[in-house]
Amino acid sequence: MKHTITILVENRFGVLSRVSGLFSGRGFNIESLTVGETEDPAVSRMTIVTRGDDKIVEQINKQLNKLIDVIKVRDVTAEEFVDRELMLVKVSATEKNRAEILRITDIFRGRIVDVSPKAYTIEVTGSDGKIDAFLEIIKPLGLKEVARTGKIALSRGSKMLTEKNNKDKNNGR
Amino acid sequence: MKLSGAQIFVESLLKEGVDLIFGYPGGAVLPLYDALYKSKLKHLRVRHEQGAVHMADGYSRATGRCGICVVTSGPGATNTVTGIANAYMDSIPLLVFTGQVNVEMIGNDAFQEADIIGITRPCTKHSFLVRDVRDLAKTIKEGLYIATTGKPGPVLIDLPKNVLLATADFSYPKSVSIRSYHPTYEGHPAQIKKAFQAIKSASKPVLYIGGGMITANAGKELYKFAMKTKIPVTTTLMGMGAFPSDNAISLGMLGMHGTYSANMAVHETDLLLALGSRFDDRVTGKLDQFSPSSKVVHVDIDPGSIGKNVSADIPVVGDLLDIMKKLNQHVQKDKTGWKEKHKDWLTQIAEWKKRYPLKYKPAKKDGKIKPQQVIEAIDEFAKDKSPIYSTEVGQAQMWAAQFLSFTEPRTFLSSGGLGTMGFGFPAALGAQAADQKRLVICIAGDGSIQMNIQELATAIENGLNVKVAILNNGTLGMVRQWQEFFHGKRYSSSIMPNYPDFVKLAEAYGAVGLRATKTSEVKSVIKKGLSVNKPVFMEFVCDPSENVFPMVPAGKTVKDMMLA
Ligand SMILES: Cc1ncc(C[n+]2csc(CCOP(=O)(O)OP(=O)(O)O)c2C)c(N)n1
Repeated sequence: MKHTITILVENRFGVLSRVSGLFSGRGFNIESLTVGETEDPAVSRMTIVTRGDDKIVEQINKQLNKLIDVIKVRDVTAEEFVDRELMLVKVSATEKNRAEILRITDIFRGRIVDVSPKAYTIEVTGSDGKIDAFLEIIKPLGLKEVARTGKIALSRGSKMLTEKNNKDKNNGR
Repeated sequence: MKLSGAQIFVESLLKEGVDLIFGYPGGAVLPLYDALYKSKLKHLRVRHEQGAVHMADGYSRATGRCGICVVTSGPGATNTVTGIANAYMDSIPLLVFTGQVNVEMIGNDAFQEADIIGITRPCTKHSFLVRDVRDLAKTIKEGLYIATTGKPGPVLIDLPKNVLLATADFSYPKSVSIRSYHPTYEGHPAQIKKAFQAIKSASKPVLYIGGGMITANAGKELYKFAMKTKIPVTTTLMGMGAFPSDNAISLGMLGMHGTYSANMAVHETDLLLALGSRFDDRVTGKLDQFSPSSKVVHVDIDPGSIGKNVSADIPVVGDLLDIMKKLNQHVQKDKTGWKEKHKDWLTQIAEWKKRYPLKYKPAKKDGKIKPQQVIEAIDEFAKDKSPIYSTEVGQAQMWAAQFLSFTEPRTFLSSGGLGTMGFGFPAALGAQAADQKRLVICIAGDGSIQMNIQELATAIENGLNVKVAILNNGTLGMVRQWQEFFHGKRYSSSIMPNYPDFVKLAEAYGAVGLRATKTSEVKSVIKKGLSVNKPVFMEFVCDPSENVFPMVPAGKTVKDMMLA
């Protein structure tokens, strides 16, 4: 099953390689990984989308927690959360398909961000389902290049992934 | 007053009460060695950086204090990798300082530059690159804290040369607080209670003890608990010494070369109490048939090791000392008649022990020496001298675990997780350096001893009078055994008849060399070897065809156990 894990880490030299190294070293899969600064410049947030059965995902959580630079780990999959991905797509534009491209972009609430005589560059944001659907539809019209950011996610409501709680739910103190 | 980074290094370690470090100099750490010159911090210069790490490791295992070593950048640093990985697998606290090229040269392929943080990332608990001398003292404090707390492990601190030369005000932090690092020490009372209830309702419980029991210094509590509840105890290789091996309820080691009784007990048990052990594949064999009808209580300080291989019915995260104490409180308040309750179970176990003890065919007086016999003889001579044993890796290691007797924790230093040939001898030196008066004995094969044999010079130079028993079978015995059983007796690269003359070699270094070639000579060599006040190589020319039994082949079950 697909899992979305959000992590707060110290914004330090080498943290990304510690996290990604953990995945490769232990044979865990990464579908996407994003990193960026948070409201606190000393802290970065990573969003990792991974696949695995419960046992594997439990190990991923525990092993991530063991990394010294990891402040907080949460698998948000089972919770209410908002997730978004941004994609840029380059499509070849011809006399024939221009209108169709515009129409589809409009339906997906995308935007044309660059226009040249032979190509459109389109920006689409949304859940990964929406992004995949857009790709599927636009593909036959002459897809040239795709760049995706990978997913970012936040819990819904006022819940935050703050560092107040201890790192591990097994914590006895 | 301003101090240089190198002086800060020395002062910080002195503030921590460090009495001894191991190391080897080189260009990038010249400032550091300058600061060590005539300083109060004792430094033991080795002959190879791998030796330094294993010595620090042996020191750590024997004393419970953090072993520390220093090496130069580039090749010095890369030579430490095996030692670091070895300590990581066995959760041994170590602090490894590596020299590094100047900060601004990092990444330029400078002379003797190696990305040692990158190279060791998967085998360190954590690592630091110190880019500013003002961070050095704090980093040392944090490094030691991380290495020694929670699930211990090696921490690497990379020290660029210009950081060692730069100066800063020195004040050593009194305490550490790392917001993202809070190991759990106290076991959850409800979980402990649940575990105790399970113990009360089990009829065939087994204590399966790993190295975590030794790390937690909880041997005494374990003894109290086991003696009171009359639950039989088996230990892993890493757990040897956690429980007295001659006790009636001791089953010895379990797993691939474990005893029949230990493996049968674990197979038949209805409650497996895994305390500080991690269900390594050398213990479990085929996972889905391991201990098939048991409930599992798994206690570990590392939540990550719980549920990794075998899922636990009752997980308890925390420090084993705390948890054993609490279990003992439960036992104290409880009125169960344990002896009666476990009577049938213990009878069964006694029968297994009696029917299939560890055994081998002793040799005739003028026959080829049986390696097991050597180990038994060493045990006989050393038993009442509270020895510390270290082992190399292979058959000799397994026979040591099987035939030596143990009464105390921290007296069996063996490379468990990584199985590192070349570990035992330097580890023995590390233990000896921690206590020069202690009897320290290394059990080695003729293959393994040659992997760090150069440290004999370190032994001579520093008066580390370790006694090394080399069970010379002229083969890489364990490899040969596998080839005999599983590769059609094709002894590919495992026969090594051109061994050096170990007696002459010892003498060349200024040590004492002794040799036994006949069974009748074994005891006199041991007697003499153990009484000499010098490093000693005792070579026993052994029967090369001897195999380690019992054996549960890799990935198999107790049903496939091969017996002697
Ligand atoms: C560094 C290293 N290289 C290779 C091995 C694989 N290996 C495991 S046991 C063994 C043979 C050890 O031979 P020896 O030290 O003579 O001991 P014996 O088994 O004969 O008692 C080998 C080569 C290892 N464990 N470690």
